[in-house]
Amino acid sequence: MQQPFLSLTNISKAYGGVKALEDVSLTVYPGEIHCLVGENGSGKSTLIKIIAGVVQPDSGRIVINGKERQSLRPMDAIAEGIEVIYQDFSLFPNLSVAENIALSHELAQRKRWVNWREVRAIATEAMRKVNVSLDLDALVGDVPVADKQLVAICRALVQNARLIIMDEATTALTEREIRALFDVINNVKRGGVAVLFVSHKLDEVLAIADKALIIRNGRVVVDADARELDRSKMTYYMTGRDIEESMFEWRGDPEAPPLLEVRHLTSRGNFSDVSFELRSGEILGITGLLGSGRTELALALFGVQPADSGEIRIAGKPVSIRSIQDAIANGIGYVPEDRLTEGLFLERSIANNLVARTLDNLRSKGPLLDADRVKTQITEWVRRLSIKTPNPELPAKSLSGGNQQRVVLAKWLASKPRVLILNGPTVGVDVGSKSELHEIIKRLAGEGLGVIIISDDIPELMQTCNRILLMRRGRIVEQFERKDLTEADLTHHLVAV
Amino acid sequence: MTVQDVLTRPTQWTRLLIRDGNLVRLFIACVLIFVTMSLLRPAVFPTIENFRSMGSQFPEIGILAIAIMIAMLTGGIDLSVVSIANLSGVLAALFIRAVIPADAPPVVVALGLLGAIVIALASGVLFGLINGLLVARVGLTPILATLGTMTLYTGINVVITRGNAVFAENRLVFIGNTYLFDLIPIPLLIFAIVAAAVSVILNKTGFGLKLYLIGSNEKAARFSGIDVPKTLIGAYVLSGLLAAIVAIIFLGRNNSAKWDFAPSYVLQAILVAVLAGVNPAGGSGRIAGIVLAILALQFISTGLNMLLLAVSGGQFFREFAWGALLLIIMVINYYSERRRGRT
Amino acid sequence: MLGRLLSKQETLVGITLLGLCLLIGAINPVFWTPGNWFDLARSATVMGIFAIGVLIVLISGGIDVSFTAIAVFSMYSTTVLLRNLNYQGGMWLFFLISALIGLGLGLINAFFIARFRLPTLIVTLGTQSMFRGFLLFVIGSRIIRDIPPGMAEYSRAFLFTVTDERGVTVGLHSAVLWLVAIAVLAFVILRYTMLGRSIYALGGSREAAERVGFNVTLTQVFIYAFVGVLAGIAGMIYGGLNRQANAQDIVGQELDVIAATVLGGASIMGGRGSVIGTLLGVMLVVVMSNSLVLMGIPATWQRVVIGAIIIIGTAVPVLRTLRQQRRAVRVETEGESLAPAGGRA
Repeated sequence: MQQPFLSLTNISKAYGGVKALEDVSLTVYPGEIHCLVGENGSGKSTLIKIIAGVVQPDSGRIVINGKERQSLRPMDAIAEGIEVIYQDFSLFPNLSVAENIALSHELAQRKRWVNWREVRAIATEAMRKVNVSLDLDALVGDVPVADKQLVAICRALVQNARLIIMDEATTALTEREIRALFDVINNVKRGGVAVLFVSHKLDEVLAIADKALIIRNGRVVVDADARELDRSKMTYYMTGRDIEESMFEWRGDPEAPPLLEVRHLTSRGNFSDVSFELRSGEILGITGLLGSGRTELALALFGVQPADSGEIRIAGKPVSIRSIQDAIANGIGYVPEDRLTEGLFLERSIANNLVARTLDNLRSKGPLLDADRVKTQITEWVRRLSIKTPNPELPAKSLSGGNQQRVVLAKWLASKPRVLILNGPTVGVDVGSKSELHEIIKRLAGEGLGVIIISDDIPELMQTCNRILLMRRGRIVEQFERKDLTEADLTHHLVAV
Repeated sequence: MTVQDVLTRPTQWTRLLIRDGNLVRLFIACVLIFVTMSLLRPAVFPTIENFRSMGSQFPEIGILAIAIMIAMLTGGIDLSVVSIANLSGVLAALFIRAVIPADAPPVVVALGLLGAIVIALASGVLFGLINGLLVARVGLTPILATLGTMTLYTGINVVITRGNAVFAENRLVFIGNTYLFDLIPIPLLIFAIVAAAVSVILNKTGFGLKLYLIGSNEKAARFSGIDVPKTLIGAYVLSGLLAAIVAIIFLGRNNSAKWDFAPSYVLQAILVAVLAGVNPAGGSGRIAGIVLAILALQFISTGLNMLLLAVSGGQFFREFAWGALLLIIMVINYYSERRRGRT
Repeated sequence: MLGRLLSKQETLVGITLLGLCLLIGAINPVFWTPGNWFDLARSATVMGIFAIGVLIVLISGGIDVSFTAIAVFSMYSTTVLLRNLNYQGGMWLFFLISALIGLGLGLINAFFIARFRLPTLIVTLGTQSMFRGFLLFVIGSRIIRDIPPGMAEYSRAFLFTVTDERGVTVGLHSAVLWLVAIAVLAFVILRYTMLGRSIYALGGSREAAERVGFNVTLTQVFIYAFVGVLAGIAGMIYGGLNRQANAQDIVGQELDVIAATVLGGASIMGGRGSVIGTLLGVMLVVVMSNSLVLMGIPATWQRVVIGAIIIIGTAVPVLRTLRQQRRAVRVETEGESLAPAGGRA
């Protein structure tokens, strides 16, 4: 048996008394694709940072290439050929594509001067390896997200890497780009490079992994050959329980007029001729790949990027939605996909977050807020959505991802919307809280709220929606009733070109 | 412990102090400085006479710091406050000269002064509105927008006055010379009213909370249906209004307004706000912090003045001490944050 | 390529400057005389050196309001020191000592910024107050007019002189060489050294800079030390050109210098800016404020005009990028909203 490239033994790390990792061991051989799987907060990130030398473990052994490393700094890790592609890419938006690719190489060579011709040559060579072609002079801040991801991959490959760590590398890529990325990964694998692939998308893991390490609450649960695992086993290991969810059935009145009607809605360059209707108590899924126009449609309904033409009717009445204020006035709410940058006020208290949407309704006479009603609203929603916090005066950042999403949801529900658009309601939420959120959404629909879920998470759509629309290139191409559909069908339709 | 319990417990203030470490440290610094100075100069420092004198010294900087704090809460800054104060003061002084003859009867004087004050406040609101429009509608970075208007307002002032001081015919000096109950200087009273009013606005109104929310996450504020441009404009208008109040105090103290009066107050007011714990990136800061910070700085200034009276240039030592205090508090904050991070 | 060039703030400022020169020259031909240009160069020298320091700080994502205090501190203490020593020699020693004092004060800034990771605005606000307070209280506050001979002679250190048709002799002051040398040095550092690229990287993303292995602490120490040295030199030039050492001078100009630098295309958010743009921005402000009288506008309008330049100059690129974004938003929205999401383990 050949020598492992990297071997971690009994690694532990605590942050202020909270154990992030406990006795974690991991061995990676050259030319092996090792997947690291775990829910949010399971310790994946900490483990990556330890391997990259960004964080020092409290105890445990790190052996790289047969040499034990007492303290590993980022430069040491890079010198050993460990390259990390971070979830946020860690690129420099103000520098060119070429420089972003070549910079770390130049640094590793301990260069003092910059030879711009060499920078271009290095970048060109890296792009050839990955088989992509990007504008070398474009600023990284100006290129699309998928290209940013490719730049990050090129940068990792420049370095004669021995181990490439990809932290949630596929979040910004379309299905086609993911397949291309997997080709690249298999390519470098054949060159003897090891890959540590971190993901929470189980399908991806099953598609590419040789081995899988599943961790939960900072401990290793399974370290096994990927062929021995399947979807349900992995879910079980990740969460420590089997999750059974019930299907959602619409029990509304089919004769009643629709709550929301969209007729021939068009936004040039984004989507065109979109028509559908939503009835009270329905959960309507809108799915499609990245770039299909699903998010733009949501933003148009919410007034962020108003549509150019077409008609929107609420309870039969035509309405004009040109701004967020218009949408709100018509009872439309929107829970954005990225709750950290669009949904939450992380530094402010949970209480502040809960009333952010309804401040104008909570006034007593005059400009002052009615303290009693503010308090009542906060208490009510903490209770109704079971937000787990010892004190709503604590900052929102003290909450877990699932509870944060409940806060964003509650903020909207407090304004009693008639239609609630949820864009990726459980992105970045761990499997356990996910099903709890699904139950909350179903309950709300049961109370008469019209819900639109925008998502490409197929199991999620199957579990929550009674109807699903499929978008492709800005148009609605198909409509399914949930009860006539299987997961495999929907997946097939989604990725079919 | 239920949510209801936590929200209704009467010890809100003590909890706040415990949670807000910076406020506690400021309070301790304030007390320490006060006690030290009292021990060093027992005959002159802890006296009514000295309180009267100290109380008349800091209100302008204090109000300017509150004005800048309001902009800072939203993640912006207002560099133009002093130039607004000077220009509003000049306009008010010109009005007084124009409408109140030397031998005017008291009614005319009273109406004229009322008019002058209204003109000062209205112009402050107008200049604040221009700032707000540049920031919220045009989309300029606040630091650049207000740097530009600072120069612009000062420039307009120079053009109107040809660079000369404009005298207010001693009509407003009563503001600078009068003491309520023979103890509280009028400017201090104005500062207290402003501090209390702004505190109510920030803590008890939707507008105030919106300022914090915008400063914490502007995009999330927009997505929550908060009218961000309108709220930002409101913030800069309020800041301009406070600057105009300072203009009236300036006139009361100096009997004149001039384009280049007190330019160093801009950075000093920022220093007070930062020392008070206002986050320059937005989203947090309290009036209580401003009050404590300005008191600490005033105690230092006066105390040092008394200690160094014999030394020439003692007034300059104050500048040194202010800067040093700011850095010391920031470094202490750094260490206490780190300690909290570890345990 | 041409499109990229035209979309740069530098190009825009350059064209505006050229247009302005042509306009002023058309109104009053005196504008194009050597005497006027020597005056302009003289006015631009100190501000230009300051602006290059500000540029480097802005690129790194920081902001410095203490450099004027460093300048006056270094200049005044150097003058006091050499006067007390009864130094009779040349100007070089003034520059050397002033630069060293500036270096020391810059390192104090660097210490607080790099060691405690405090926001740069807060640190430099504090040190500005401290440096100036210390100078005025400990070293002195009165204006020194009987400066040492070496410094006094420096005010007439012309590179060359020309005599115009009216018989007035005007000269180009050698101080402009400092500006040229510092500009070239800063350009080379920023463009061709890893140190310079680390400054851009730091301003682009501090976290990413640390992850690829830049020594961010060292970079910050260099930045604030370098700005200190530049401030020391510029302060000395200022004192020399004015033939006096005034301890209450210079401080108060910091916001004007920052405005000129931003006008030249440096981003106040960090990561972007160039030496050429900065020089153009400084020239625009200097030409504008020095030429009002030539255009028959009363000098009292100077600040109004500069204020208007700052507002318009910063509004134009904002409005332009807004337009571009509106076009680009279609391509980006979907991806952008996805990028930072996903599982945060």
